[in-house]
Amino acid sequence: MTSETGRRNLRPLSLHVPEPKFRPGDSVDFSDFDIPAAGSVARPEIGVAPAEIRDHVYTLIRVLDGEGRAVGPWDPKLAPERLIAMLRHMALVRAYDDRMYRAQRQGKTSFYMKCTGEEATSVAATYALDHEDMCFPSYRQQGILIARDWPLVDMMCQVYSNEGDRLKGRQMPIMYSTREGAFFSISGNLATQYPQAVGFAMASAAKGDTRIAAAWCGEGSTAEGDFHSAMTFASVYRAPVILNVINNQWAISSFSGFAGAEATTFAARAVGYGIAGLRVDGNDALAVYAATEWAAERARNNYGPTLIEHFTYRSEGHSTSDDPTKYRSAEENVKWPLGDPVARLKQHLIVLGVWDEERHAAMDREVAEEVRVAQREAEKLGVLADGLKQPFETMFEDVFEEMPWHLKEQRDQMLAERKAAGI
Amino acid sequence: MSDADIIAPPAAADAGASAPARSMNMIQAVNSAMDVMMGRDPSIVVLGEDVGYFGGVFKATEGLQRKYGKTRVFDTPITECGIIGVAVGMAAYGLRPVPEIQFADYIYPALDQLVSEAARLRYRSAGEYVAPITVRTPFGGGIFGGQTHSQSPEGIFTHVAGLKTVIPSTPHDAKGLLIAAIEDNDPVIFFEPKRIYNGPFDGHYDRPVTPWSRHEASAVPEGYYRIPLGKARIVREGGDLTILAYGTMVHVAAALIAEKGIDAELIDLRTLVPLDMETIAASVRKTGRCVVVHEATRTSGFGAELSALVQEHCFHSLEAPVERVTGWDTPYPHSLEWAYFPGPVRLGEAIRRVMED
Repeated sequence: MTSETGRRNLRPLSLHVPEPKFRPGDSVDFSDFDIPAAGSVARPEIGVAPAEIRDHVYTLIRVLDGEGRAVGPWDPKLAPERLIAMLRHMALVRAYDDRMYRAQRQGKTSFYMKCTGEEATSVAATYALDHEDMCFPSYRQQGILIARDWPLVDMMCQVYSNEGDRLKGRQMPIMYSTREGAFFSISGNLATQYPQAVGFAMASAAKGDTRIAAAWCGEGSTAEGDFHSAMTFASVYRAPVILNVINNQWAISSFSGFAGAEATTFAARAVGYGIAGLRVDGNDALAVYAATEWAAERARNNYGPTLIEHFTYRSEGHSTSDDPTKYRSAEENVKWPLGDPVARLKQHLIVLGVWDEERHAAMDREVAEEVRVAQREAEKLGVLADGLKQPFETMFEDVFEEMPWHLKEQRDQMLAERKAAGI
Repeated sequence: MSDADIIAPPAAADAGASAPARSMNMIQAVNSAMDVMMGRDPSIVVLGEDVGYFGGVFKATEGLQRKYGKTRVFDTPITECGIIGVAVGMAAYGLRPVPEIQFADYIYPALDQLVSEAARLRYRSAGEYVAPITVRTPFGGGIFGGQTHSQSPEGIFTHVAGLKTVIPSTPHDAKGLLIAAIEDNDPVIFFEPKRIYNGPFDGHYDRPVTPWSRHEASAVPEGYYRIPLGKARIVREGGDLTILAYGTMVHVAAALIAEKGIDAELIDLRTLVPLDMETIAASVRKTGRCVVVHEATRTSGFGAELSALVQEHCFHSLEAPVERVTGWDTPYPHSLEWAYFPGPVRLGEAIRRVMED
């Protein structure tokens, strides 16, 4: 069967492959960034129909202006003590990251991931949730645990896979889990937590509970099928869930264009599914807090899910396994137009007259000391580099609730073989 | 690896196996296979997460985008299902895609496209559509990657009708087998044992790593050559027992029998599907004893298939039950990975048992 029109005069097609603006060595110019003024985006009623707020997915909700003042309808008007506590938690996350990163570089453990520059997206969001609300994090949300005052020693023991590791050395460093802390077991696979968060929220709703759920994933992971399955379920069942996309611009070496950012925003994914979407300056702790608070109130009042894109920047490598200077310009971090979340919140507190450089420096020393003390404590229970810290037979536990015969046989075989070999 | 190492003059691509060889590690060999084949066949495209500008997280595709352009070597969105589905569509057009799945542990979202689509396309269209796709993916443990960067899922794929499964154990084999896989008109899952990317591994994690340059199989011809799929390699001839292994475990077994002075015949299977049954059967009929080694979990692992085949083909020659040395039936643990890994102690015990019977 041939086409009647013939193909002779058709233009050759060409394949578009995205390319980031800047590569290593390039000088960076972000002047074409369209940054809406702080306070310029309206704050709708929490029960608003998603179709009424479609503009919110293409803008940026910002509260802190260039001088550090909180302006506009999204200002959450938090008490100064609360803001100082939030700042301290963000500084603590940064100090913790620096210390654990160094521990990996010293060979004490196998792997680490920092969240430098993204602290607000987990700390401020957690401040707007109840401690009982269930969090389904990706691998860069250590800020949730720290904002919930989860013991640093416990986190470090996990990073070290040592005797104090409640997860028995089974998981790679930073793959935390705590039921008590309402923090779901982190998976190394991407976006799998998204539909799980929706399912948790559906269960809570089905049971007439009051807990809501929140999930986090990176912009790169929005390409995974799990993201889209989650969006469909969240929409269909109006699940009381907050779906956070941390758009930190880079998925290892792939810029956000490979997840679709050349064509639209990540918040705009909400439009197609008919759920509320907000796009937030992720380096503005107050904006993150306000958007999360709005979404939480919406969920608690049975108005359904919200997708929040946190627009931020991954200041460091993906993990200790990659060198970002090999694929992006080092200037990007320095020139990032939305600044640093810790510095911006600090500036705001100074403007409020409740903070100054001396107190900030004292706080930095304090959190560094807190981390040092915790590290000393954790290292008393060993580090990965010291050798195998878990009793060998623990390897066979928790595969099933009750150990079947074949695992018992394998466990016994392992112990016998090691004994025979004298190890 | 410098650019000069990667970019061979076009003439070299056709020079054949007699062309000068140089020492390569397994990553360089895999890179060279793709380079040679892309130079020969414009229908070959490479796609996957981070494979373009960055050259892959293990650097296996380094330099290829620069050399062949962005429409032939490109980064993808993070969706393994999408990567394989798109590869099936590109193959339907007539291209020969070589997708990379960054870690074999990430391959599961792509299962439907592999199992229900790529594997059956030839069958369900009676040969009208085919999927000549080679899925490259690093697998196996030994790098403290925990349960999401250490698995050996080859048994899932050998179980699927219509997929070929290839696992090299040396740079020389990696290049020749990858070229054969790319030229094959059926979908191939090409598992790269990442523990031996940079050097053969004797199973003693506390000893220093020997680089490939000190191993004879690191001499890799610069140009085109192929190692046929379905042909095993006898690594070492021996009379007392047969050891069947692939990937990293070939080196663990080789080091152990050398160290202990065991007269074992060591066979590197190289391809699991199709399997070189002839070589296996001839060896077991000669030795009368057989140990099967793999890193994957034991239950329904490929070792079960090997064990059954050996009994079907060689029952009357067997002087002892076939032994399996495998990973335990647990997820791959992080800190206890060397207790999980079926290393020299466990292999030595199995050999002792099979020789006693």
